[in-house]
Amino acid sequence: MPEAATSSSHSGGSHRAGGAVVVGHVPGLRHHFEDMEQQHEAGSLGMWAFLVTEIMFFGAVFAAYAIYRELYLPGFEGGSRLLDIKLGATNTAVLIGSSLTMVLAVHSAQTGKRKLIVLFLILTMVLGAVFLGIKYVEWSTDWTKGLVPGLHWAPTEEIHGNPPLGSVEMFFCFYFVMTGLHAMHMIVGFGILTVMTIMAWRGRFSPEYNAPVEVSGLYWHFVDIIWIFLFPLLYLIGGRY
Amino acid sequence: MSTAVLEAPAESRLNYLNASYGIKSWLLTVDHKRIALLYLASISVMFFIGGIFAVLMRLHLIEPQGALVQPDTYNKLFSAHGIIMVFFFLIPSIPATLGNFLVPLMIGAKDLAFPRLNLMSWYLYIIGASFALYALMSGGVDTGWTFYPPYSSIYSQTHVIATAIGVFIAGFSSILTALNFVVTIHKMRAPGLTWFRLPLFIWAMYATSVIIMLGTPVIAVTLVLLAAERLLHVGIFDAVIGGDPLLFQHLFWFYSHPAVYIMVLPGMGVISELVTAFSRKKIFGYKMIAFSSMAIAVLGFLVWGHHMFVTGQSVYAGLIFSLLSFLVAIPSAIKVFNWTATLYKGSISYQAPMLYALGFIGLFTMGGLTGLFLASLATDVHLNGTYFIVAHFHYIMVGGTMMAYLGGLHFWWPKITGRLYPDIWARIAALMIFAGFNLTFFPQFMLGYLGMPRRYSVYPAEFQVLNVMSSAGASILGIGYVIPLIYFLWSIRYGPVASSNPWGTKGLEWQTTSPPPTENFEETPIVTEDAYAYATPESTHA
Amino acid sequence: MPGHVVPVRVYVMVFLALLFLTGLTTGVAFVDLGAMNTVAALAIAVVKMLLVALFFMELRYSPGLTRVVVVTAFFFLALLISLTLADNFTRPWTPTPSGWGDSAPTSQNR
Repeated sequence: MPEAATSSSHSGGSHRAGGAVVVGHVPGLRHHFEDMEQQHEAGSLGMWAFLVTEIMFFGAVFAAYAIYRELYLPGFEGGSRLLDIKLGATNTAVLIGSSLTMVLAVHSAQTGKRKLIVLFLILTMVLGAVFLGIKYVEWSTDWTKGLVPGLHWAPTEEIHGNPPLGSVEMFFCFYFVMTGLHAMHMIVGFGILTVMTIMAWRGRFSPEYNAPVEVSGLYWHFVDIIWIFLFPLLYLIGGRY
Repeated sequence: MSTAVLEAPAESRLNYLNASYGIKSWLLTVDHKRIALLYLASISVMFFIGGIFAVLMRLHLIEPQGALVQPDTYNKLFSAHGIIMVFFFLIPSIPATLGNFLVPLMIGAKDLAFPRLNLMSWYLYIIGASFALYALMSGGVDTGWTFYPPYSSIYSQTHVIATAIGVFIAGFSSILTALNFVVTIHKMRAPGLTWFRLPLFIWAMYATSVIIMLGTPVIAVTLVLLAAERLLHVGIFDAVIGGDPLLFQHLFWFYSHPAVYIMVLPGMGVISELVTAFSRKKIFGYKMIAFSSMAIAVLGFLVWGHHMFVTGQSVYAGLIFSLLSFLVAIPSAIKVFNWTATLYKGSISYQAPMLYALGFIGLFTMGGLTGLFLASLATDVHLNGTYFIVAHFHYIMVGGTMMAYLGGLHFWWPKITGRLYPDIWARIAALMIFAGFNLTFFPQFMLGYLGMPRRYSVYPAEFQVLNVMSSAGASILGIGYVIPLIYFLWSIRYGPVASSNPWGTKGLEWQTTSPPPTENFEETPIVTEDAYAYATPESTHA
Repeated sequence: MPGHVVPVRVYVMVFLALLFLTGLTTGVAFVDLGAMNTVAALAIAVVKMLLVALFFMELRYSPGLTRVVVVTAFFFLALLISLTLADNFTRPWTPTPSGWGDSAPTSQNR
């Protein structure tokens, strides 16, 4: 005796709002979903769930940072002052700008403006490339100054507060690991945005179907948020007074 | 057991197995059921590889001075066994095979939320396993599956980074599976299927997925830090520049303790299904079991320090972790009580799945109780690092999870393949596994209590009798595992054809054909009653 | 959340606010406020994060489930940090055995 009656009409359950049976092919609707709304919600929840894993991923490194900063504050402060605060602040502004262009790309997708989607996605990637370019400049300067732990650790300049050198090296371990992981995530973001740009150019997005752009935006903003924390924690903790 | 009332022969009906042919249709499938079978095959391969290392270890330990290999090689054997069994067998086992197959079926959906992500998850598993096997074949690692620095970061001359990469990629695979489950369960339940009407297997999959998503990224980044230290000398755990090796342990165990719940919660979900099916009775305390699954997920994240009682952690932190570890036993105990209460006045039948379920309840209880000795600081000081721990976790992982996995495979085999296996041989194998398991691992409790350290390739002569008993048990256990392999494979071709509901049990997955069609249901089911709504004596009286 | 279109000027205002806060946090770093420097920097970072999350990531218009999901992540991260710090902070409470003297490495002599 079956306990579930079957029905071909899509009766509204407790979690669905729409009731009509969709007839015909809705572009972009994947067939295991009932309707576009379910697909959109699932995609959004999926990306947020993925960002949760990223919060834990970066969070573990932030946890380690918190512990060592507590133990070796003089070294962390001294090391922080060796970073170029102007470049760091500029990079922060650049990334915030890229978040604006990203959000405008999503807005263009929601309002059905194909060319604007492409424009804003490309602008986002340009700003991201500027960010990585500045990072490259910073890293190569650090290499020249002998501030790369393990590979080329031979600091020449005087360090504020004269902390033990080991703890300064520990600070730079965190600097390179954290900005390195962040940069890797940005590069993945480039890949995602490139795919989105191609799809947008081909006219795949519309006010009815723009979830991929929105979801890519979520990822990009998350990478921005990570930097929003990295900037003060790495560049500003030593103060500049 | 009701045998199949023959409907049209399975071969002539279109189902997910015969819907398309050829290797491309399997390697490029997005059907969750086919992906589950891809996982089943790969995980089984990894299981037997990991088992070979166990066999080698037990053969070596027949003699006090070691019968088989040099100490350095022995280190590689237990490391390989642990890494393969934990990361490439136990963690994916039930979720990736039974979970992938059953989650959409049990909630009345056509597939998981992200079918292509599901396929990618399998490929990531294969890539991760390939890295690990490559590392193994080039000489392995000797750090133990726990990879503690500074040995793993500075001194070990073995393939730490390759193995770490393999584990990292496999972890990513499990994250994607978990993500898929969470979104699917939230967004794709059939009409009428409220949370508290879900089968408890789904609750277990949900809780497991939450743990996977919160914990796995931490070990992922920890392995990245370890690789960075080893490769680039970025010494985050290096004491010379102020690094704390204990920090690695904190980060490692923050995942690896919840990982044991990733391994056992799905097993508990299977047991809830088996116990109701083979007592033909509603589960006792449905909501308590559902809440206990979530409680285990949360509390499991609060206890990791109990792996570090003797490695230098502060005693005060140890006190906190010890107390929390006692708390986490409570929801597990609630489940055991509820399963037992379900049996009471049930109409019990003893087919193979039920034998596995009953075995689970007993052995998991023993494993769990012995965990209390380890949660207590004073006794753990003596038992840590001994065979007591080895026996404790094998009772839970093998006596628990492995038996649940086998029970689930047997229970859902007719649904997955459309065939029945010979129950006589299944029962024989189940009993052999039970007997072999106890002979292997019970002596290890005694060895640990008497002081034999774990991960040692030699031992004092007075421990030989117990070691030989353990090795003898391992041989019986090994044979017990091979038997199902044989009759399962046999049944695919020669087994009697199964009806849609050969066990006559409740559950949406039994409302469709065996095997199911590719889209699972001909029409989306509508759910109107609770799970396990078996007729009770009270309900049939006027 | 699907179908909710936010006007562009809201985005631009949030952007300007974020730029302002970046300048603010940079400027505060040049002033000696003692321990408050760290507090200020983190507080400003949290505000920036909330602006990005609520407006750019549209968490304001998202279903409650999404917010629960995000909060859950931070909750477990807080667990990781607090219990690990509990270990590190309380290690000095246990005295070193006599005879070891000051040779054991501590944060003071690193």
